[in-house]
Amino acid sequence: MAPHTEQLTRPAVRLRGLTRSFDGRTVLDGIDLDLPAGQFTALLGHSGSGKSTLLRAVAGLDHKVTGSGRLDAPERVSVVFQDSRLLPWRRVLDNVLLGLDGKDAERRGREALAEVGLEGRERAWPNELSGGEAQRAALARSLVREPELLLADEPFGALDALTRIRMHGLLRELWKRHRPSVLLVTHDVDEAIVLADRVLVLDKGRIGLDLTIDRPHPRSYRDPLLGEYRERLLAALGVTEDHA
Amino acid sequence: MTTTTTAVPVTTREETPPVRRRRRGLAPGRRLPATRLIGPALLLALWAAASAAGRLDPGAVPAPWTVLRTAGHLWTAGTLPTDIATSVERAAYGFAIGLVAGVVLALASGLSRVGEALIDGTVNLNRAIPTLGLIPLFILWLGIGETFKIAIIAIVVYIPIYLNTHAALSGIDSRYVELAEVQGLSRLRFIRQIVIPGALPGFFVGLRLGVTGSWLGLVVLEQINATSGLGYMMFQAQNYGQSDVILVGLLVYGVFGLVSDSAVRLIERRVLSWRRTLSS
Ligand SMILES: Nc1ncnc2c1ncn2[C@@H]1O[C@H](COP(=O)(O)OP(=O)(O)OP(=O)(O)O)[C@@H](O)[C@H]1O
Ligand SMILES: [Mg+2]
Repeated sequence: MAPHTEQLTRPAVRLRGLTRSFDGRTVLDGIDLDLPAGQFTALLGHSGSGKSTLLRAVAGLDHKVTGSGRLDAPERVSVVFQDSRLLPWRRVLDNVLLGLDGKDAERRGREALAEVGLEGRERAWPNELSGGEAQRAALARSLVREPELLLADEPFGALDALTRIRMHGLLRELWKRHRPSVLLVTHDVDEAIVLADRVLVLDKGRIGLDLTIDRPHPRSYRDPLLGEYRERLLAALGVTEDHA
Repeated sequence: MTTTTTAVPVTTREETPPVRRRRRGLAPGRRLPATRLIGPALLLALWAAASAAGRLDPGAVPAPWTVLRTAGHLWTAGTLPTDIATSVERAAYGFAIGLVAGVVLALASGLSRVGEALIDGTVNLNRAIPTLGLIPLFILWLGIGETFKIAIIAIVVYIPIYLNTHAALSGIDSRYVELAEVQGLSRLRFIRQIVIPGALPGFFVGLRLGVTGSWLGLVVLEQINATSGLGYMMFQAQNYGQSDVILVGLLVYGVFGLVSDSAVRLIERRVLSWRRTLSS
């Protein structure tokens, strides 16, 4: 394993001139971006600005998309989708273990489920879980592989506000324990501010704003010092407060 | 509850509020035990009543007890068991071959582009030709023995199994393909853990059609080219005007059809226990 100092200096993700287009329409227009190892980054942008396109490129899921540029990403990447994407014909534990090998896989799977508070639900079928529980199971599935990079595309978008707040705490907690680099796509400015240490705004195919949020955790939505960040992000997104 | 004494009468609710709010349930509700037998039983009762009242011509539609008595005679005489065995054997062989062929072809064409190019068009061409129309040709090729009968039944069976399994295999949700890529599944594991379980519901639709098809094929074959078996028995009975024997044959066919369909349903319920559908 690489020594700790090297991990800090070498970025986990490095994009150089990343370009992606659909039918001649450029969605990502030469993006340069470094994500340091272990950093929690949020990616904001208008609907259709290309957030998912960028995330799918980093995940290596865009085989059929035309594009160019250099992309370095770690070997172990996990993705959390907006839907939990549990296979309905496998029990929860078997879903968590999907693609996992090794003698102690099952033990690790149980531990991961316990970590997200789903102890005792190992034998449940996915369609017996609530939306929040299913998303927690999906989180367990991506963490059990101990990813170096965790990509999440609006993972809480389908959840109610209360569940979402609890999931924020959980995600942050899990991140602290496992320290993967995180790239969280969201369209919720507050979610980005509360969770991430760095917030990017994708605009016209480029990173329009790169903001480091230097506030201690856990953060509260009502922290007045976060209001300043919120205003800058909303301005970058072209939203003024009285319209919001 | 408070009682108010005002000029305006206040309607106080007498009964305790219901625990559950009434809402029209759209699922058909819990299935009653053995409900599927009610219809046939009613029909049987009607038949018996009409026979007892003398409203049916015994030459055309004999009474249920006459049919049962005839069945008993045929059974003890040993002809019925032999005929049944012959028919079941045909149906079973044909069904087994059709099942294997349908599944293997569906896998080959659903999982590889080359296989699809070679197989899918061919099967659809085969489907366009009514299988029973192949009977004369098959008799010419294979003779009027057992082989051609089994071949025809196999064709009747493999087509629905192929079509439904292939559709299910190639209709796999692209979101699950993405998931498999993200989780780093090998191609073999992807097929075993995602494609095949995902295609099972479609396969069972085809299987049930195939089971029905095997009996249908059998009945037609035995009625028009009978040299032995249940159909032969019925064919002979027709020549001698024994409507009761014909009814015995139909009864046996019906029982076979019901039993095999129930067996498939049972297996389906076991295998697809993760599904919570209207019928659960
Ligand atoms: N497979 C595709 N084929 C054609 N166009 C696509 C495809 N995927 C995305 N696009 C287009 O690329 C643009 C960016 O899409 P993308 O999904 O990345 O947006 P997004 O920022 O994730 O939006 P949202 O917040 O609504 O999820 C959109 O205009 C979309 O129409
Ligand atoms: Mg998106």
